[in-house]
Amino acid sequence: MSTRLPSHGRLIDRSAQVTFTFNGATMRGYAGDTLASALLANDRMMVGRSFKYHRPRGVVASGAEEPNALVGLGQGNRFEPNQRATTTELFDGLTAVSQNHWPSLDFDIGAVNTALARFLPAGFYYKMFIHPQPFWKHVYEPFIRKSAGLGRAPDSEARDADTYEHFHVQTDILVIGGGVAGLLAARNAALSGARVLLIEQTAHWGGRAPVDGGTVDGAPVDKFVEQIVSELETMANVTMRLRCMGAGVYDHGYALGYERLTDHDPDAPGPRHRLWRIRARRIVTATGAIERPLSFAGNDVPGVMLAGAMRDYVVNWGVAPGRRVVVATNNDDAYRTAITLKQAGVDVVRVLDARAAGGGALMEEARSLGIRVDPGRAIAKVSGGKRVKKVAICNQDGIGGAREDLSCDAVAMSGGWSPVVHLWSHCGGKLAWDEDRAHFRPDPDRPPLGADGRGFVVTAGAASGALALDAVLDDAAAAGKAAAKAAGHSPRRGKTPRGETTPEAAMEPVWLMPARADTPLRMKSWLDFQNDVKVSDVQLAAREGYESVEHTKRYTTLGMATDQGKLSNINGLAILADALEAEIPKVGTTTFRPPYTPISMGAIAGEARGEVFQPIRRTPMHDWHERNGADWEPVGHWRRPFTYLRPGETVHDAVNREVKNTRENLGLLDASTLGKLVVKGPDAGRFLDMMYTNMMSTLKVGKCRYGLMCSENGFLIDDGVVARIDEDTWLCHTTTGGAEHIHAHMEEWLQTEWWDWKVHVANLTEQYAQVAVVGPNARKVLETLGGMDLSKEALAFMEWKDGRIGEFDARVYRISFSGELSYEIAVPASKGQAFWDALIEAGRAFGVMPYGTECLHILRAEKGFIMIGDETDGTVIPQDLGLSWAISKKKEDFLGKRAQQRSHMTDPNRWKLVGLETVDGSVLPDGAYAVGEGVNANGQRNTVGRVTSTYHSANLGRGIAMGLVLNGPDRMGEVLEFPGTDGTVFKAKIVDPVVYDKDGEKQNV
Amino acid sequence: MLILRCPYCGNDVDETDLAPGGEAHIRRHGPGSTDAELTDYLFQRENPRGVHFERWRHAAGCGKWFHAARATDTLQVFGTYSAQTTEPPQEIRDAITKARPGWSWREFS
Ligand SMILES: [Zn+2]
Repeated sequence: MSTRLPSHGRLIDRSAQVTFTFNGATMRGYAGDTLASALLANDRMMVGRSFKYHRPRGVVASGAEEPNALVGLGQGNRFEPNQRATTTELFDGLTAVSQNHWPSLDFDIGAVNTALARFLPAGFYYKMFIHPQPFWKHVYEPFIRKSAGLGRAPDSEARDADTYEHFHVQTDILVIGGGVAGLLAARNAALSGARVLLIEQTAHWGGRAPVDGGTVDGAPVDKFVEQIVSELETMANVTMRLRCMGAGVYDHGYALGYERLTDHDPDAPGPRHRLWRIRARRIVTATGAIERPLSFAGNDVPGVMLAGAMRDYVVNWGVAPGRRVVVATNNDDAYRTAITLKQAGVDVVRVLDARAAGGGALMEEARSLGIRVDPGRAIAKVSGGKRVKKVAICNQDGIGGAREDLSCDAVAMSGGWSPVVHLWSHCGGKLAWDEDRAHFRPDPDRPPLGADGRGFVVTAGAASGALALDAVLDDAAAAGKAAAKAAGHSPRRGKTPRGETTPEAAMEPVWLMPARADTPLRMKSWLDFQNDVKVSDVQLAAREGYESVEHTKRYTTLGMATDQGKLSNINGLAILADALEAEIPKVGTTTFRPPYTPISMGAIAGEARGEVFQPIRRTPMHDWHERNGADWEPVGHWRRPFTYLRPGETVHDAVNREVKNTRENLGLLDASTLGKLVVKGPDAGRFLDMMYTNMMSTLKVGKCRYGLMCSENGFLIDDGVVARIDEDTWLCHTTTGGAEHIHAHMEEWLQTEWWDWKVHVANLTEQYAQVAVVGPNARKVLETLGGMDLSKEALAFMEWKDGRIGEFDARVYRISFSGELSYEIAVPASKGQAFWDALIEAGRAFGVMPYGTECLHILRAEKGFIMIGDETDGTVIPQDLGLSWAISKKKEDFLGKRAQQRSHMTDPNRWKLVGLETVDGSVLPDGAYAVGEGVNANGQRNTVGRVTSTYHSANLGRGIAMGLVLNGPDRMGEVLEFPGTDGTVFKAKIVDPVVYDKDGEKQNV
Repeated sequence: MLILRCPYCGNDVDETDLAPGGEAHIRRHGPGSTDAELTDYLFQRENPRGVHFERWRHAAGCGKWFHAARATDTLQVFGTYSAQTTEPPQEIRDAITKARPGWSWREFS
């Protein structure tokens, strides 16, 4: 059993007891515990089940690398799945539940997957999906659906109860990792005067050096950590953060820090997580090293743990993971665990050292404490279901014939240590294979490069591959200075603290234990504990032709779990290399991608949620619309009323009312969102002639012209009315969504092609409120307000004029997008609401009603006017839409002219705009396709056209539509078939797109 | 997340404040050009591993377009310069030559 020790526990406060629950059972721990240490102290070794086979899983590590101990934390709006117990600090009232089991952790039906293991080999999903069989549908699928997924998603109704924020930070040097290496590197960098940001993912400075022992300048490591931390705290140019993980390193010194502010204290005020968006001149990664498991049969049984982690539990939290422990190792470091356990009163049953010659001084020390060491021995197999019961031992150099059974309840394993190279690698840092230590370490000659072409990341300490304390300190001291120098500061000379620790004998790589383990053993030797990938799976992948490590990863899912293979990857690729008879460095590693460990979606979103997710643009009359029943429609960042609902009305009723009233009486449209670009300068006319397909330079002052804009590819991108204000000034209206990008489009051409043309463009969209006054009573209401002469003679169709209407300075455009008598009137934005109020007030006598965008659409569709985004989709040219009249024949050049001469653009078989009239008066489905004769190569009906706009017209009492149809204008009267999505077929006759007031008599009064 | 110095306002600008504009120094071909010229102009782009010339706009800043010479493989930036030119200035070419002797890109070297 695992239990709390009377001694040890440097991180816990035994005077502060904490209560928590696991799967509903109340348990106790101490302040300073992690959830994992507290569970172990309560003899809860098995904490979850694996993803695929639902095998019992126990705590295997003590930090961010933990693959097994994932739990669901919290409740309701604070529930979160897949949280690592090893990095969860215990607090009073914490609630945790285990995952991946049904119905319960101890009794799980899915565990029968284990029995099916030989039917669920590597690539199982690929193989099954490729060959669907009845067996799949009736047996596998229901089974997999039941057991699939890691953890439980929060309830769909739940809303994250916490807040999050982003920090934007610039610093000279970012040091990631607050172990002894990070601390020393930070200090040496800071002594140069450089600004230093030091972040550490755990709640403590010092890393694992205090656990591993040794001395710095003759004093215990704890003492050194204490001193250097207080020194750093007094330095004004140093910022330090605990509980802040270096999540990723990106181009040009960009890095992300993930700070967990209140996870350990959920009732504390302020944001829960903070995403640090850091720009650093240089980055020091002092990220330490991670111990590798050994691959032996049963290495996933709860109670089998990394040797270093077991040492952490004893020293840091005063927890013994077992009473009788077997240690298996290929290196000297694991002896530290054996010694620590022994000194804590735990029975160390045996140390199995895979090296034929055993270890060095540490082995001798262990022996002197009475620990039996067997060199050249290995674990053949661990037995036990939910907890280790015994270990069968064998020769390492063999196939696994067991020599002896050892009764025990925990196993400490060590396959050697690998530097944490993730952050080094994120942005292109390359790795070198270290033959002596059998690990990949950063190659300092091939760092990630910055804008200046020099490396911007330096590694420090164990992250460099320096594992012994003296080497760690020497490396870190140099790294700190190098980073300061590279960041443009002068590092100070000074004495490097001297680390001393027991020297270690060389390790020996052990990728399989025993070396020639037979098939049954290899089928029980786990590589990836979370995703259930075994040695035999990787070997099968190699036999099936997977040579690339990236392909093998995806085929077997090795390293694809939430731990991203922190424990499994090196072991897995060593097995792959062996199976391929290739060198390990030739096989290489998979790509390291950020984040280092998963970070919360909340932190990524930061403050951008709810109302501040995206700012809304409001016209000056927005609040009036809101108060008067606006049914909002998002248009770009604007909100426009789709229609104005009156009490008891449906949306359809309201639209029909607005449509009829505008044609019969008077309608008001808030047109303020239309883009208004002023183009001014001696070359403005010449410039607009390039921008528009029609001629704008010849437009007379006081006149308006409808213009089309195409991209250089020839496709229609925007339209609107252009007014000539004076000799060198034009005002260009764009679509609501087009204002910003058409402005940018103009700027791009002015700045990058015709930079010697004298033209300025300014976006005045928000400077004006614009109201369309539309309908037979439009002139009457304006005359009631008084002011400028708006008679037919004084202001003809397609003219504009400045003047006063009532008490308002106004610019009046006599233009119409509805076919009615219509004035579009711009007033200063600050006067918009007052002007609107005046129109509503004066309009009462004339039957005024505001109308929304749907009414606008129907009115324009009745007139056959196109709408950018309905009739156009980026593949449509003006010639398709019957707009050839708006394309100048005289101009030598305009944007898109040459492209429109391409053979496909002049093809007579391009689909062309027509009106569509349903035979029975119904409304065609939007986007429906017309079908023609025959089928295409895929056996689908050939299509001959599609619907681009479709509405019910209250004025005509039937459906109206426009569409693009093959040879459409030549097929007037022909009836097309449009299959719906539900099997019905709509029949519609090809007609003229203008179905209302063809001769324009209504607008020309 | 590149940083490029805007040659107009002089600021070192974070990529989030920039808008990319594709390849630089493309010559416009309008009416009268051949199909091949038009195809080159509209569609054919370099995709080098190494030295490249790009257009960027300081979109969330001064609004100006500029050019950047940089290495696509190492992210090294050789320099930024005005967009109002048809070829890379000599000092930019020299900076590239210093880092990558013998480089060439389209007709430039
Ligand atoms: Zn700028």
